[in-house]
Amino acid sequence: MSKPVNQRAWLLVVPVVICVSFSAVLPLMTVVNYSVQDIIGPEQRVFVGTEWFRSVLRDEELHGALLRQVIFSLCVLLAQIPLGIGLALAMPEKGWRASASLVVLAMPLLIPWNVVGTIWQIYARPDIGLAGRALNRLGLSYNYTGNSVDAWLTVLVMDVWHWTPLVALLCYAGLRAIPDAYYQAARIDGASRLAVFRYIQLPKLRGVLMIAVLLRFMDSFMIYTEPFVLTGGGPGNATTFLSEYLTQKAVGQFDLGPAAAFSLVYFLIILLFCFVLYNWMQRVGAGGPDSAAGTGGGTGGPHG
Amino acid sequence: MARPGFGARSLGLLLYFLFSMLPVYWLLSMSLKTSEETLAAFTIWPTTPTLANYRVIFTEPTWYWGYLNSIIYVSLNTVLSVLVALPAAYAFSRYSFLGDKHMFFWLLTNRMTPPAVFLLPFFQLYSSVGLMDTHLAVALAHMVFNVPLAVWILEGFMSGVPREIDETAYIDGYGFPRFFLAIFMKQIRAGVGVTAFFCFMFSWVELLLARTLTSVNAKPIAVTMTRTVSAAGMDWGVLAAAGVLTIVPGGLVIYFVRHYIAKGFAMGRV
Repeated sequence: MSKPVNQRAWLLVVPVVICVSFSAVLPLMTVVNYSVQDIIGPEQRVFVGTEWFRSVLRDEELHGALLRQVIFSLCVLLAQIPLGIGLALAMPEKGWRASASLVVLAMPLLIPWNVVGTIWQIYARPDIGLAGRALNRLGLSYNYTGNSVDAWLTVLVMDVWHWTPLVALLCYAGLRAIPDAYYQAARIDGASRLAVFRYIQLPKLRGVLMIAVLLRFMDSFMIYTEPFVLTGGGPGNATTFLSEYLTQKAVGQFDLGPAAAFSLVYFLIILLFCFVLYNWMQRVGAGGPDSAAGTGGGTGGPHG
Repeated sequence: MARPGFGARSLGLLLYFLFSMLPVYWLLSMSLKTSEETLAAFTIWPTTPTLANYRVIFTEPTWYWGYLNSIIYVSLNTVLSVLVALPAAYAFSRYSFLGDKHMFFWLLTNRMTPPAVFLLPFFQLYSSVGLMDTHLAVALAHMVFNVPLAVWILEGFMSGVPREIDETAYIDGYGFPRFFLAIFMKQIRAGVGVTAFFCFMFSWVELLLARTLTSVNAKPIAVTMTRTVSAAGMDWGVLAAAGVLTIVPGGLVIYFVRHYIAKGFAMGRV
């Protein structure tokens, strides 16, 4: 089923283009502008070519932050995607218990990010926090402000607490969209629970899982506020991720040129990762069991 | 369907909810304690519960205006995002046009730009057009990441609506605007609800841009928290009470859209 070609459809896209251009393209141009200039004073600037880019790419601290960032995002995906799917499968299907579970589940998502940081700051403190106190009672010397491993794990657990509900929510919605007929057919065939998951539920979740993976990847790669409130990037630079480092440079030291070059490199890294992920997931989806099983449901055509 | 292993699954779910709710409980409990109690003794629940912390928030204008500011720009952002995303999502779901795939990916790239990148340019841009410290500025800035998401989600819902509906309506003599408002909107009501939920959520929780673009008149609650606290030297009780109150609007919103989510959606495109 192919869609009719209609160039006038562009007219419908124009409002989005205008809005996003104003808020995204103009600022991006400013960043590009800065990245090739040395700004000495308000009216004094010198064109420096690719100098900032070269110095940014050689920056050891940046390499460290990038490495921490990649490891962090990988851990986030590895923990949250399976856990989210599991939760979605375990949630009640209908009735008041489903509603109650949804509200409770989604709650961490709707807490402002600095409040999330504050909650965990309070919760994990060894003196006044429930978790910190309990861990120390159990004989573990846990202190996220002093020990970098503890700090790193706290940020990770906080992110799992904060964002697993998004994955679960999307998967839950995806599961509810599977028509009952599929399950009946599986029952007639005597399919095991595992087979139902592997051949019916997982392929049907492809669309929502792709959104979940991409959103989680992007957002974990851009994480700033929560670790900033919780640990301030410390101890040392154990939890200084890319955004944190960039903000230190741009706002703290006011190095506009290098910060702009850094911004562009940062943006390109995310873009590259997402592009690879996007294409890879599309190929996996198109070649997998989904193309056989997934033609019947209400999902759109295999376009895009 | 049959549900083998019901016990184990429910137990797992309960354990997760415990993990999920304990930090929130701790915040709530702290908001009901006096600062002295918080720091002096370690108690699992407040021994002398007090609403004094909440009273501070409801009587001081900087606090309650923080809430109103947040709600104003978040609502503005949600409405604007959904309005501009609706026609675009329709175009993507119904027609092929020159560069549509590139356009779609370009929109998504805006969701991928770290807000930290935009701090300074935004500051300059909004200063130069005189939007600094207005609700509109924050709403517009948040559209950078909300509009792409809105288009993405809405497109998924629209692709699930059979195209015969459009064709029948056009044959019946409906023009595009009338068809869209009178017929099509009814078909994708759940999609609009879910999209509004996500826009609300991402705008409500964002802090970095909101903080940069506001100083007095449109200062959001989350920012009020960081500033007041640093000035007054850690009043844990009031901080916790403000935190509890920031959870309330989100809880209400999720309660209103729970049916749409429970009904399920599959996301056509991607």
